[in-house]
Amino acid sequence: MSDDKKLMIGIEHVHKWYDDFHVLKDINLTVREGDRIVIAGPSGSGKSTLIRCINRLEAHQEGKIIVDGVELTEDLKRIDAVRREVGMVFQQFNLFPHMTVLDNCTLAPIWVRKMPKAEADELAMKFLERVKIPEQAMKFPGQLSGGQQQRVAIARALCMTPKIMLFDEPTSALDPEMIKEVLDVMVELAEDGMTMVCVTHEMGFARQVADRVVFMDQGEIVEEAEPEVFFNAPKSERTKAFLAQIL
Amino acid sequence: MVAITWMRKHLFSSIGNSALTLFAIYIIYISVPPLLNWAIFSAVWHGDSRTACLDPNSGACWPFVKANLSQFIYGRYPASEIWRVNLTFLLGAAAIIPALIPSAPAKKFNLIFLLGAYPFIAIVLLAGDRPGLVGVDTTMWGGLLVTLVVAVTGIVVSLPLGILLALGRRSEMPVIRMLSIGFIEFWRAVPLVTVLFMASVMLPLFLPEGFSLDNLLRCLIGVALFSSAYMAEVVRGGLQAIPRGQAEAARAVGLSYWQTMGLIVLPQALRHVIPGIVNTFIGLFKDTTLVLIVGIFDLLGQVRAQLSDPNWAVPQGATTGYVFAAIIFWVFCFGMSRYSVFMERRLNTGHRK
Repeated sequence: MSDDKKLMIGIEHVHKWYDDFHVLKDINLTVREGDRIVIAGPSGSGKSTLIRCINRLEAHQEGKIIVDGVELTEDLKRIDAVRREVGMVFQQFNLFPHMTVLDNCTLAPIWVRKMPKAEADELAMKFLERVKIPEQAMKFPGQLSGGQQQRVAIARALCMTPKIMLFDEPTSALDPEMIKEVLDVMVELAEDGMTMVCVTHEMGFARQVADRVVFMDQGEIVEEAEPEVFFNAPKSERTKAFLAQIL
Repeated sequence: MVAITWMRKHLFSSIGNSALTLFAIYIIYISVPPLLNWAIFSAVWHGDSRTACLDPNSGACWPFVKANLSQFIYGRYPASEIWRVNLTFLLGAAAIIPALIPSAPAKKFNLIFLLGAYPFIAIVLLAGDRPGLVGVDTTMWGGLLVTLVVAVTGIVVSLPLGILLALGRRSEMPVIRMLSIGFIEFWRAVPLVTVLFMASVMLPLFLPEGFSLDNLLRCLIGVALFSSAYMAEVVRGGLQAIPRGQAEAARAVGLSYWQTMGLIVLPQALRHVIPGIVNTFIGLFKDTTLVLIVGIFDLLGQVRAQLSDPNWAVPQGATTGYVFAAIIFWVFCFGMSRYSVFMERRLNTGHRK
């Protein structure tokens, strides 16, 4: 881990509660430019909540989250500034069903970046080619397979040319035969040097791509290590138990 | 032969089906011929006074409608100024009809004119009170004119206001949420008749001295706020049908709250509730008849008023008048209903598997 790279996400002593339920307990995590972090853990461990705190789809109650130099607070301007630079891909794709694939991709560049439509179309086609579905541009999301929809969702996020990409279980809602096409796109993205934080159960992907694997359980970060160490010599008993279950 | 095969298959396929078919034929037999007889065959079509309709065995007295048509449409609007009402109707139709046709050109300009300019043109034309026009007090307005003014105002105000209230009710800001809930629950819990009485009789007591609001205007405001509360709940139903992920995805790419609502959530939500929205419009259109109780004469009120005219005191006068009013209401409401069916079909093609 080199510390000279630019700090992209700094999470310090973050706590979060849903009423009485303590979802995030004293979370500390540092993500530098180009880092590829995989967050793993059993369901209900708080990993999705954590990643959703990074672009403030969820608010934390204690501690500090700094994204690209901006501290996330109640201030809507700061939140919008962070969201413009952070792309997110969801488990359920969340494409806009009443718009074509192309319009899904150009919406944010046009409305948020105030880009002229022709330029936005060109940009969108570039990213649709990158996720290998330019021929679907004029279709509606409902006409595509799950894997295609998720690739459109990735292209949609990329159209804002984000500095950081967040993936919240991007392959969990897909049929097995479609998982690979989405993971392939994510691997390519990683190879291009994108800063990525992925919540995923795809341990093969973690092994291949991650700089670090973060293991969460019951709202805590239990272990954080490079993949070789994480998979071959985990320190914590909880990590061992988890790995025994899923590998 | 084809007809017989078809009837065997669809009308007489079983004993139960045959019984229902025969029962339906019986119902048609006892209801339709007398109705046609009353409305057409033994109806009186020509005549200048009540003497034409005095035969107790005759049907509908259409000359009564013909003689009073002007009152039914314009109320007591001065005869010399009626062209202003006609012009308002004509402009309205010219603006609304192309706005409703999806393929008509210049939609943006059309809507700006319809919602931005037309209301003011209509007010000036109808009320006058400007140089060159004789002022016509709203107490002179009546008939279909009042029905349309109340209904159109209610419809045009209630949709946007209802949307805002529905969004407010789901807001994360407690003050806005409480205000929206309070507003909606208050107006929904009060009968429209009470609202109109309050607007017409009680409100003036609270207004500062020397400050007066037109009676019709007060009723318009009452009707608009009342129907907004209903509209809000219809729209909220649509909002709840949209998965949370839609708004989250929109916020995550950086869209603001209003962009998220206007571009992502509302277009989907409103599409789901077109039947409910049109249902509310139709209910509102018919509820305009209630303004009668505060001394404003809408179409139905005007028909009732003309019934007491001694020149037209005839056996079938009341029935004919009410049937005439019913037909007019039916035409407008049925038109709205068909248009909503058309829009639903149109919006459901193209996307979704």
